[in-house]
Amino acid sequence: MSYTTTNFLYLLTIVTFVLALRFLSNPAHARRGNQIGAVGMLLALVVTWVKVGGTSWWALVLAMAIGGSFGAVAARKVRMTAMPQMVALFNGVGGGAAALIALAEVHRILPAPGRPAFDVSTAIALSGLIGAVSFAGSMVAFGKLQELIRGRPITYPGQQVGNLALLGGCLAVAAALAAGVQEEWLLWAAVGGGAVFGVLFVLPIGGADMPVVISLLNAFTGLAVAVSGFELQNDVLIVAGMLVGASGTLLTLLMARAMNRSVANVLFGAFGAVTEAGPQAAGDGGGRTVRSATPEDVAVMLAYAHKVVFVPGYGLAVAQAQHDVRQLADLLEQRGVEVSYAIHPVAGRMPGHMNVLLAEANVPYPQLKEMDEANPEFARTDVAVVVGANDVVNPDARANRGSPIYGMPILNVDEAQTVVVLKRSMNPGFAGIENPLFYNPKTVMLFGDAKESITKLIADVKNL
Amino acid sequence: MTVAVTFGHGTQLMFEVTILVLAIFLGFEVISKVPTLLHTPLMSGTNAIHGVVLVGAMLVLGAGHKSPYLWVVGFLAVVLASANVVGGFVVTDRMLEMFKKRERPKPGDTGSRDGGPPAA
Repeated sequence: MSYTTTNFLYLLTIVTFVLALRFLSNPAHARRGNQIGAVGMLLALVVTWVKVGGTSWWALVLAMAIGGSFGAVAARKVRMTAMPQMVALFNGVGGGAAALIALAEVHRILPAPGRPAFDVSTAIALSGLIGAVSFAGSMVAFGKLQELIRGRPITYPGQQVGNLALLGGCLAVAAALAAGVQEEWLLWAAVGGGAVFGVLFVLPIGGADMPVVISLLNAFTGLAVAVSGFELQNDVLIVAGMLVGASGTLLTLLMARAMNRSVANVLFGAFGAVTEAGPQAAGDGGGRTVRSATPEDVAVMLAYAHKVVFVPGYGLAVAQAQHDVRQLADLLEQRGVEVSYAIHPVAGRMPGHMNVLLAEANVPYPQLKEMDEANPEFARTDVAVVVGANDVVNPDARANRGSPIYGMPILNVDEAQTVVVLKRSMNPGFAGIENPLFYNPKTVMLFGDAKESITKLIADVKNL
Repeated sequence: MTVAVTFGHGTQLMFEVTILVLAIFLGFEVISKVPTLLHTPLMSGTNAIHGVVLVGAMLVLGAGHKSPYLWVVGFLAVVLASANVVGGFVVTDRMLEMFKKRERPKPGDTGSRDGGPPAA
């Protein structure tokens, strides 16, 4: 195949990738877009196959069969609640592949007569380093989300100084390689250092901040792939990698903004490591009472309401209660209650995770309201049902300057006539922050596992 | 500056940098149109797209007969990248399939926005 033909076909692939992203702007066409992207990918692989020629075909087949079948099985089996860690895993292996390509390329071109081309050596150094950070960081994120590693931030003295020094060392090594020092071990050092940095960098980040981390690591892998394109002089890698880099960056910023924190604060703040003993709301603890209700009481409230809004949080996903919530919602709708769902941008463990979980339970997506759309509705809502959410409905974010989450945009459930909070116990949430919503006279608590409570509510509503 | 820096291919490099910069803008442009509703599929979809690194991994393994080192590294790279590509597209497809179902709004959903008193 001629150079022109090859590159023309690669261009077609690029077009399909852009279309795939373009189609994602509408849920009705999104799946078609993804299929177009997959076809484009297949085209690029076939072109590359022909380009590579028959020399190592059996090795290619074997390697692709191993990787592909792992990917297919894992992707088919994974539960929707475990989606974030699956995305982290696939993201990590992509970064790992980019780092390996750099290791192979450096071996191929060194020793170069005179000095290796500056752009190629820079690309090799960067893609090796970024790929390694992304690989190791994603694996730790996977471990945290899969609960193989403690989700709470892991901190120790000198952590940030140590990490910074390590990163500086890696960058220095990469710079030496880029500048033309002809030592292959330099790249191994950069990749090894990058991997250690990736681990240390994600360890101190709390589970609740994972949406930001996963978006960022996604951007890293995209960037590593784009840079790989420079070392292999391959435009499809450059464009596709950079599209992903841009997307990951944008999502990272959106997520951080949704929590009203800077990206730096999310990454280096070790949020939720200590339960803040800072200035809490006046009259902390003492004298405040919590009203607890039985499922029967709540069932009556729901069945005779005009408008009910469900506010799902990660607790709903953990309890696998999304199907039961939908059943309850259907039952209420049959009784003429208007039902919708208010979704906070950082609900769940990755951007938009809650939407996927509810879609899995067949909730029609027009019923899913984003924060800006949902908030004005609470004033005329009879009952807001908070299922396993905590910080995203904490009024302290609006009112208490001393609160660590002050300034974070929240769902104003306390404007509803009545708030029902489904919760295991009075333990504070992931970030360990006190929530005055629970002590609000409008609030009733329904203690217990979310799934069990909802099942009871379904039975009680049926009996009315 | 006395150090002469050697570039591999001057004009082509500039061309590639141009493409890179344009891709950044294109990326921001296209992605800012994706609704929050679909951010998770967006992430796993872009995840699948960076699986195109498999092209690079295949090129490396294709040259694998030249040295055992290249063969091993290339082989591993192809395994990882294939998992990325296949897993990424399959997971995204599974998710988007769920969004296709029941896309028509329910009748009760329409009248609510103008804030009139809910009918009993």
